[in-house]
Amino acid sequence: MSKLVGAVAVAGGGIAGIQSAIDLANSGLKVYLIEKGTSIGGKMAQLDKTFPTLDCSMCTLSPKLAEVSRHPNIELLTYSEITGIEGEAGDFTVKVKKKATYVDQDKCTACEICVSKCPAKVPNEYNEDQGVRKAIYLAFPQAVPRVFTIDAQHCLYLTKGKCGNCAKFCENDAINYEDKDEEVEINVGSVILSPGFTPFDASQLEQFRLDHPNVITSLQFERQLSSSGPYEGHVTLADGSHPNRIAWIQCVGSRSPEIGRGNCSSVCCMYATKEAMVAMEHDSELETTIFNIDVRAFGKGFEEFYQKAKNEKGIRFIRSRPSGVEVDPLTNQLSLKYEVEGDGINQEEFDMVVLSIGLTPSESSKQLAEISNVEIDDLGFIQTRIDSPMETSRPGIFVCGAVQAPKDIPDTVADASGAASKASSLLASERGTLITEKEYPPEKAIGDDIRTGVVVCRCGINIGSIVDVPDVVEYVKTLPGVAFAKEEVYACSSDSLEGISDMVREHDLNRVVVASCTPRTHEPLFQETLMEAGLNPYLFELANIREHCSWVHQKEKEKATKKAKDIIRMSTARVNLTQPLYTDKVEFNKDALVLGGGVAGMTAAIDIADKGFHVTLVEKGPELGGLLRTYTTLQDGRRTEDIIEPMIQKVVSHDTITVFTDTELVEQEGAVGNFTGKLKGIDVDEEIVFGVAVIATGANELKPDGYFSYGEYSNIVTQSELEQMMDTGVDAKNVVFIQCAGGRNDDRPYCSRACCTVAMKNAIQLKESDPGRNVYILYRDIRTFGKWEELYTKARELGVVFMRYTEDQEPEVTDRTVSVIDFLLGMNFEIDYDLLVLSAPMVTPETNETLAPLFKVPLDANKFFLEAHIKLRPVEFATDGVFLCGTAQAPKLVDEAVSQASAAASRATTILSKDYLETIGNISVVDPELCIGCGRCTLVCPFNAPELKEIVVETEEIIYTTKKSEINATVCKGCGSCAAECPTGAITPRHFTGPQIMAVIKAYVEGI
Amino acid sequence: MAETEWEPKIVAFCCNWCSYGGADTAGMGRFQQPASTRVIRVMCSGRIDPLHVFNAFLEGADAVLVTGCHLGDCHYVNGNEKTEVRYQFLEEMLQELGLESDRLHLNWISASEGERFANFIRDVTAKVKELGPSPLKPAGVS
Repeated sequence: MSKLVGAVAVAGGGIAGIQSAIDLANSGLKVYLIEKGTSIGGKMAQLDKTFPTLDCSMCTLSPKLAEVSRHPNIELLTYSEITGIEGEAGDFTVKVKKKATYVDQDKCTACEICVSKCPAKVPNEYNEDQGVRKAIYLAFPQAVPRVFTIDAQHCLYLTKGKCGNCAKFCENDAINYEDKDEEVEINVGSVILSPGFTPFDASQLEQFRLDHPNVITSLQFERQLSSSGPYEGHVTLADGSHPNRIAWIQCVGSRSPEIGRGNCSSVCCMYATKEAMVAMEHDSELETTIFNIDVRAFGKGFEEFYQKAKNEKGIRFIRSRPSGVEVDPLTNQLSLKYEVEGDGINQEEFDMVVLSIGLTPSESSKQLAEISNVEIDDLGFIQTRIDSPMETSRPGIFVCGAVQAPKDIPDTVADASGAASKASSLLASERGTLITEKEYPPEKAIGDDIRTGVVVCRCGINIGSIVDVPDVVEYVKTLPGVAFAKEEVYACSSDSLEGISDMVREHDLNRVVVASCTPRTHEPLFQETLMEAGLNPYLFELANIREHCSWVHQKEKEKATKKAKDIIRMSTARVNLTQPLYTDKVEFNKDALVLGGGVAGMTAAIDIADKGFHVTLVEKGPELGGLLRTYTTLQDGRRTEDIIEPMIQKVVSHDTITVFTDTELVEQEGAVGNFTGKLKGIDVDEEIVFGVAVIATGANELKPDGYFSYGEYSNIVTQSELEQMMDTGVDAKNVVFIQCAGGRNDDRPYCSRACCTVAMKNAIQLKESDPGRNVYILYRDIRTFGKWEELYTKARELGVVFMRYTEDQEPEVTDRTVSVIDFLLGMNFEIDYDLLVLSAPMVTPETNETLAPLFKVPLDANKFFLEAHIKLRPVEFATDGVFLCGTAQAPKLVDEAVSQASAAASRATTILSKDYLETIGNISVVDPELCIGCGRCTLVCPFNAPELKEIVVETEEIIYTTKKSEINATVCKGCGSCAAECPTGAITPRHFTGPQIMAVIKAYVEGI
Repeated sequence: MAETEWEPKIVAFCCNWCSYGGADTAGMGRFQQPASTRVIRVMCSGRIDPLHVFNAFLEGADAVLVTGCHLGDCHYVNGNEKTEVRYQFLEEMLQELGLESDRLHLNWISASEGERFANFIRDVTAKVKELGPSPLKPAGVS
């Protein structure tokens, strides 16, 4: 490689691209995030809630949107498309077409006047064409960047030369009808493809009657559930009434080889269950039915969610796939005809039918694959390998998310961090070369006198037409501490921001209040302005008189004006008590500890070491390789040693990896950047210091003693035991597999995810090695998700016999026969077997229960490690600097373990690549004089920031030791929970102090 | 319109990540609501010290709303679970003081639930208007 460029282009601004961009930018690389649409956020921004926790999707996503928009190392290119990629790994030239938006992004203040004046109505894509938007629009309320765009196809001026309202009414002269598309070239070292998926177009399957107004797609239903959707969160029929009976039809555009969509879409079973559950929360009388082939609840917490939906919430799951939707020609009533297992055909009426549409590769992803010259598979997804799931066929170009295979949000996020890891390994030597840090003037001393400046924003007519702004300004001038007050038409426009800097200097101000809109979007902007004016950013307060006042009291102008005065009075009372807050820079240890020497642990170690950091890899057993060693073949036909052995070679020959086998971590203390621990093993007794840790301690296959006579007869084995036997040839004519042996029951309520795919692979091999052999698979649900559905299809084609049993009527096993009631046929079968193979679940090692308290990290109900957030933080703990990956987190397949391991490495690298650890300003601090050492703060803090430390107190009379709490500034997040818990008031959250809160209350209640 | 209809003073503690966002979304959706309430922003509902709530009543608030993310959604893992525990204590204490239960409310509101926020303010305001000024209100405070 001749040249390496320390920048990466990320193509696609959904959750995958966002996560890759954040990881890379925080690892010292410059990022160009290129998004085709007008806002980043992708499909996740359209979701109402996310399974299986029913978290609000937008609430978890929007902090990430904000982080991207503010990141100094991320350049956002929205409304842009890649048109060419030339060059090679390390040095690519990427051509990007930036489409004309016709709105000057620097001048637009997002006041929305143009929207109210635009006469053109266009189907609203964000709401999946339910309802309309204008031709000048913001994609959705939380859109990033928050800039309006004119849709040239529908604008009356641009299409017909008429109207011109937006330009006429824009007070900032931001409309530019002459705007032209622009071609730019960027130079990057690597490219990450993350264009996501396109929902299957169900209108091409006419039998599902998407033309009927009460047949909608699952994404349309999702928008209906959302409070920001077309009906403010109420599920609504075409006539405006609300449905009593809703049916979901699964696998529309999935598991359908006849139309070229043979794959499972991985997420539909769970999103349908979620949608039914949320709809029932809105309307408890609602009856919901989900028609499915199998319920594919294979991810972490999914099976439990499904059982809850079925058994507690009363959602009806019917195992049948209606061939279409019937519409009564006279009454227009919808009904579904379906086969009842073992009991003929049934027909039922529904008010609404939701089509659970699958995930397909988008047109733009095909173009992108062509432009970047990477291979795609038969289904149109970008081709990767099991041991390198983020690597495309072209070096230096990586891939993440649903463009590689249908997948859910956590798997996408893991992939995204994983792809970032690969790009950042490639460009490790260039870290820090292209990034910029903004310089600010030195802070001025603020002195003791309070001199507060207040800017009251009219926000065009948004505030100004309701609140009497001049009256408010005059009132504000009388408030304590206020030295100057003025109004602005748009406080956030660039000239007004300069005006705030000038105001601070001219009037020698040391505190600023801006009364305008919400701090959730605008606080960082004004804080930056303060810094440019030489003031500490914490000497600022935003008084929200738009969202919380003028917009919600539009018909009560007097009351709104009084409320605006109250809000500003409260804000000045608070700002007058603020003090400058500073961040600390702390030097730290940059070594990593990886626990567990399986595929996940080795991948994490290699990925971290490839970036130039030292890694200690600790394996409890005698050799590296982990759980995968007990298996012999992979789903793609390769042998497991084909991926394990090269990995071991890489680990042992790596300059910066030290391996300990037969060794365990027995002690651990400290916090991120400064952990200490003790390793103990055969011939090992060593103290270690490390900055970050990755837990990759894996899982084991359950020995299913007590299930289906395992252990009683020698011809009953597990899947891994079968694989060992297959190496020497299996001599059995009749082979029976039983799925879920010891899983999905009261002892282990979870689904073990991998077993169905492993069973398919082994059944195929048994059939291929001896086509005359009979192979039966007894199952509850076949969960060959994503692309692995093709193995299920192939097994059926080869003549493997599938019989479904239920948890109430499990197969009975004797030494030679299995008897099973086939639910589909409703008949009892007795099968003679030579070999019985049990698909037993993965279970956690006992060491989890000693390791978890050592790191103060949680385990879930099934004793797997519990990540910080099931959707968006799948490979990290709430405790800073501690990460997890692989089957330690939940059962998974090899490619998923590899993806998570690279992800954990990437997340760890965002810490290790810093020069210093930086604390946040608004942390909590302990007053040791008041602390009584009770330790309650240590119990409530989820981040382990407070720690009780023994100290020696010397008074004139005696010397004694006592305990005092101390908050680790590098770990504290500033939530303030400890302060509310502290019985003596010893803890102060520095930016939300007790006196500040009390002053605000007093300022409000005392009145004008 | 009655010129001097009494407007209660309601303090709403909102967490930065969810319920404050819910109040914002109410604004973005133009969900009209009575002008009875002032929001005090904290980073997490877990920051809300029972003392702050007592203090609000002692200063003269007619009602106090404690709001945060839905359980499981907390930006700081589980701050709202602690809020829930402290809230139970608060309820008991205020009952002892003889304060009507409708003057103190706990509600979980996500950042997308603008209408829920507005409805909440409307409902509480109506209830408090029926109750009249708080018995704890010091003399001289309206």
